[in-house]
Amino acid sequence: MATSRSDIKFLSAPKIGTERKKYCRFKKNKIRYIDYKDETFLLNFINEQGKLLPRRLSGNSLKYQRKVAQAVKRARHIALLPYVTDLLK
Amino acid sequence: MKTKNYETVFVFTPVLNEADAKTHVKTYMAFLKEQGAEILEEDFWGMRQLAYPIQKKTTGIYFVTEYVATGELVDALEVKCKRDAQVLRFLTVRLDKYAIKYNEDKRAGLVGRNRTIKKPHELKAEADARAAEAEERINSQNEGGN
Repeated sequence: MATSRSDIKFLSAPKIGTERKKYCRFKKNKIRYIDYKDETFLLNFINEQGKLLPRRLSGNSLKYQRKVAQAVKRARHIALLPYVTDLLK
Repeated sequence: MKTKNYETVFVFTPVLNEADAKTHVKTYMAFLKEQGAEILEEDFWGMRQLAYPIQKKTTGIYFVTEYVATGELVDALEVKCKRDAQVLRFLTVRLDKYAIKYNEDKRAGLVGRNRTIKKPHELKAEADARAAEAEERINSQNEGGN
């Protein structure tokens, strides 16, 4: 049989290789200050071990990545975020 | 003397209960005022879980304040904190212009965790008020022209 299910599976071109362009959310939304006291927001920029995510994953510009790093470090000092952990999220 | 905006976060031990911590906070605020600082914000967060244990305590009582002061006063405050066994952690940050703006907006309820989202009827009332004002302005201009 020529037209089996596996043949019609890809009638429309599968979306592989069309990655969405990353952008810096601070530049886009014109956020100029990152609050180190808002730990729920900072959770966006750290992984499950409480480590900072690299720019290649978060898409931050260098300027704001530095500010994020500063804010996370301040939050760690006042025990809003952990220095080391597991299963944070 | 050059003054700047600073923000200090205190973490008190949970051995104090919240009422005791509040009186403790008052002594710090009195100290700041006495030394000529202008207090802009006092925010008592209360008891919170710490992200990691400090001095074998798993909770802490948080207090945040923003003030305008000289650098010398910040030094004096930090010495006071270091000598105080009731303070688990403290952090003083100098605020740049964006931070000052952010804190002002936060007090006005525009940004941050306790952001108040305006209800539709409030927005409508504001728009109506603006429209009425604009109309009035046009009318007064027309009268001026005549």
